[in-house]
Amino acid sequence: MIQNQRAKRSWSARLVLLIPYLWLALFFLAPFLIVLKISLSQTAIAQPPYVPVLEWAAGWAGLKAFFAALSADNYAMLGSDWLYPVSYLKSLEVAALSTAILLAVGYPLAYGIARSPRRLQPVLVMLVILPFWTSFLIRVYAWINILQRDGLLNDVLLRLHIVDTPVAWLSSDTAIYIGMVYSYLPFMVLPLYAALEKMDESLLEAAADLGCPRGRAFWLVTLPLSLPGVAAGMLLCFIPIAGEFVIPDLLGGSQTVMIGQTLWMEFFANKDWPVASAIAVALLGLLLVPMLFYERMQQRSLEGGR
Amino acid sequence: MAEAATQEQTAGDRPLVRFAGVAKRFGQITAVEEFTLDIGEGEFFALLGPSGCGKTTLLRMLAGFETPSAGSILLDGEDIVAVPPHRRPVNMMFQNYALFPHLSVAGNIAFGLRQERAGRAEIAERVAEMLALVRMPDFGRRRIDQLSGGQRQRVALARALIKRPRVLLLDEPMAALDKKLRAETQFELMELQRRLGTTFVIVTHDQDEAMTVADRIAVMDRGRLAQVAAPSEIYERPNSRWVADFIGEVTLLEGMLAEGAIETVLGRFRAAMPAGGRKRDTVWLALRPEKLHIAAQRPADGNLNAIPGTVFEIGYRGDMSIYKVRLADRSLMKVALANTSARGRASFGIDDVVWLSWPPEAGWVLTR
Repeated sequence: MIQNQRAKRSWSARLVLLIPYLWLALFFLAPFLIVLKISLSQTAIAQPPYVPVLEWAAGWAGLKAFFAALSADNYAMLGSDWLYPVSYLKSLEVAALSTAILLAVGYPLAYGIARSPRRLQPVLVMLVILPFWTSFLIRVYAWINILQRDGLLNDVLLRLHIVDTPVAWLSSDTAIYIGMVYSYLPFMVLPLYAALEKMDESLLEAAADLGCPRGRAFWLVTLPLSLPGVAAGMLLCFIPIAGEFVIPDLLGGSQTVMIGQTLWMEFFANKDWPVASAIAVALLGLLLVPMLFYERMQQRSLEGGR
Repeated sequence: MAEAATQEQTAGDRPLVRFAGVAKRFGQITAVEEFTLDIGEGEFFALLGPSGCGKTTLLRMLAGFETPSAGSILLDGEDIVAVPPHRRPVNMMFQNYALFPHLSVAGNIAFGLRQERAGRAEIAERVAEMLALVRMPDFGRRRIDQLSGGQRQRVALARALIKRPRVLLLDEPMAALDKKLRAETQFELMELQRRLGTTFVIVTHDQDEAMTVADRIAVMDRGRLAQVAAPSEIYERPNSRWVADFIGEVTLLEGMLAEGAIETVLGRFRAAMPAGGRKRDTVWLALRPEKLHIAAQRPADGNLNAIPGTVFEIGYRGDMSIYKVRLADRSLMKVALANTSARGRASFGIDDVVWLSWPPEAGWVLTR
């Protein structure tokens, strides 16, 4: 009887564990396999706009024909046309530089919040999250307003006599970086704050007690202990920025094409689903590199570096 | 004899640490007030008091983490109030140890020397020396989270000692250890202090710990110094009812001072006159449980003070039993009886009528 109950409980416990896997399989793995399949197809003027299409009715022969028709041509194409490598590199460049700026801006911000009086901290964290209350798209549009020729920024700069003629902020890389840093700042600040907030204040006292001035204690104690937060923040910013479409499209100029825009073009303008899918799969592969790096770092910190 | 006693109980002519009229206020709250105290070179000194009495604040002021609101703190005759913590020749062992989780055991111990930019070879040598001192020679490469509580405590001790501080500050160093380990560690700490000759200042709320390890104890009450003396002095000759009650068990009988005796509602008891006590002053007779004798009959010796009562409660503690005896005025008096034989001698049961007795010199008269 008891045995039975225990077996039942463990069965239900297993079911609970199964749910996230089921979710991932259904909404991540299955769509990914579909995209992967399309990326190995060829474009066609048809509905859907690619071949081969799997014919279940043809049975075993149909399946064989389907696999025979798949090819990696699209991936070869990504390497042969300079447009794709250039967009990939541009995306990585924008993501890397944006993440660096985000870290430079976000770290002092998170540090300031973590060191402010306890009762003030929830309010400050709230202020960091507050922009999420408004639609992302609307906020990016608002930046167009600020950055345009007769916008708020030029207004202020002209009034203060910092510049004599309006600056063309919009449609430039600067505008992209402003948009990226503004939009992704909470993703950098929150993990950093979480890491800094749980740090024991007495560690800094111990450092001071052992002859380490406050400034040096930051580099020797605070920074090393916040590295997991730094890594998490960088990852949370780098990956979505690399695939960002809206910000470069609305704020950037035509000379800067990030991979998200190229993908959009292939899909909506050229109706080339297979190439668009290949771009997406290749991007995923590219972003797996920092992910794996982070995983390894986590693993090492769990096992303990010797 | 009297001179030797005073020698032992003061910090000497040239104290290593001197608190002079130190006060510390946090907003409306006063943590330390009018605090004056000398600590001598090579002393094992304890700051003892209940939580919130200001003892930790005092230690933190000595380390430099808090600045006094008033008064001065002298180290070797020099005011150190303005000296930042990283320049003070004192080191602290923190209550939670505050070991750096991202550094190895050796890395933690070497931290202080690295700040002095000591050479690689010297650091390695002194770290090894410290590891040997705390009897953990093979633990240098371990991570902090791989250590037990007792091992962490040793690493914290080694880390604080490597810079050879003028004063080692210990903030509740044994609070996180279990009882058995605590007792062992206390003796190890005493041995270490004797060997190094370093001045140790320990903060504790545990009176047994303070009595065991310290040469002298400062008992603190609500931010003020209540009494400073050797452990036996504090126990045998407390200067107030508060100290008598805080240290160990005591029964206090209120009465009026007479010639060589004290008059209480329970009778007249012979006792030594307190210094500065005048006749008809309200005083209190402090009686320690282990100094009382319990018997079925009134003792024949007329020199002994004696008082009848009935056994109200018996607490068995293994090594001894504590009897609570109800007196004529319905107050309770505690008596300790050592359980010297396994069978127990003629012991008493609840509601038995007993006589408590003590020689005049066993009582201590308090004037406040």
